Amino acid sequence: MAELKTKDVLFGPILHNNPIALQILGICSALAVTSSVTVSLVMCASVIAVTCASNFAVSLIRKQIPSSIRIIVQMTIIASLVIVVDQFLKAFAYEISKQLSVFVGLIITNCIILGRAEGFAMQNGPWLSFVDGLGNGLGYSLILIVVATFREVLGAGTWMGYTVLPLASEGGFYVPNGLMLLPPSAFFLIGFFIWAVRIWDPDQIEEEEFEMQPHKVREAF
Amino acid sequence: MEHYISLILQAIFVENLALAFFLGMCTFLAISKKVEAALGLGIAVVVVLTISVPVNNLIYNYVLRDGALSWAGLPNMNLSFLGLLTYIGVIAALVQILEMFLDRYVPALYSALGVFLPLITVNCAILGASLFMVERDYAFGESVAYGFGAGVGWALAIVALAGIREKLKYSDVPPGLRGLGITFITVGLMSLGFMSFSGISL
Repeated sequence: MAELKTKDVLFGPILHNNPIALQILGICSALAVTSSVTVSLVMCASVIAVTCASNFAVSLIRKQIPSSIRIIVQMTIIASLVIVVDQFLKAFAYEISKQLSVFVGLIITNCIILGRAEGFAMQNGPWLSFVDGLGNGLGYSLILIVVATFREVLGAGTWMGYTVLPLASEGGFYVPNGLMLLPPSAFFLIGFFIWAVRIWDPDQIEEEEFEMQPHKVREAF
Repeated sequence: MEHYISLILQAIFVENLALAFFLGMCTFLAISKKVEAALGLGIAVVVVLTISVPVNNLIYNYVLRDGALSWAGLPNMNLSFLGLLTYIGVIAALVQILEMFLDRYVPALYSALGVFLPLITVNCAILGASLFMVERDYAFGESVAYGFGAGVGWALAIVALAGIREKLKYSDVPPGLRGLGITFITVGLMSLGFMSFSGISL
């Protein structure tokens, strides 16, 4: 395998190969926790911590893991790390951990983490794997924070609790868009985000399964 | 009885795992190109959820919960921090057992479910349902109803999405939005539709 550059490993996943926009990984939590920026930041930090640590740990023992049970080994490592994060949040940020509710636990089944452990850490050294975890975590965070910013600013007029658009009900001008706080808006925002990324980087556009035939019916007049 | 029915209906429509909580999205988007495949996966999810949620409920109530081990003479034991590890282990083991059982006794169903069973282990909808069950403190009977309802809701959502995507093949989507992008927007619209159920109280 060609020598991978630390820089490429770190920055590649942020835009060019973004885990959410291109690889369709880890979407579940990306949508659920994004109605407020503060909560998303905590979620991002947790995911980055778990993906770095799990990549590092898996990479350290990659030569000892028998390939027939590797998924179970990886799952166990990831689940243990998530338990640590979960307990940490419960101890130091109880309010936010209540808001995140089950989604901290669901980091276990976040495909980004298992995907990177299986796809990258099993073949590469500990340092590169750690950086790859960081890069993918940051790529995930980027989308999460962008979506959360849109949802919180447009839905509640605030950003991390600070007023950005003064609400009409409090004497300002902005009438909040309640839809933004509801689940469907997250789907729309990610859909548009993917659209924007793919216009900027046309290599990511998916092939059409069927070619459209040009419309050939002659008009009567 | 009425309580259970309302729990099931609520899990199917109001608290739909896929459309209201975004659980199981990865498989939801990946396996929804064909209705048949979506139906197979949907049935597999219903089966696994109906078994795994009650099993995890029993384990939580009799082993993990604070003071749950008093039947073994250990009233001060609180193992609830091991929850995550246990649930995922139970789910993985259950899927494996189910796979072997179906292969041996119901080969027709086994070949129909085929590749979908192993995929279910890493489906967040399954783990999510178990975690919701713990968070909401369901009793055993309620957990059976909840597991079944949540599974049916998820299956309904994926089959509906697959139906829409099959029709979507005939539309001329802008290049950047093709595939994943338009699917997201479709799911958003479906989720908007399902929100109309949220006003219903049973």
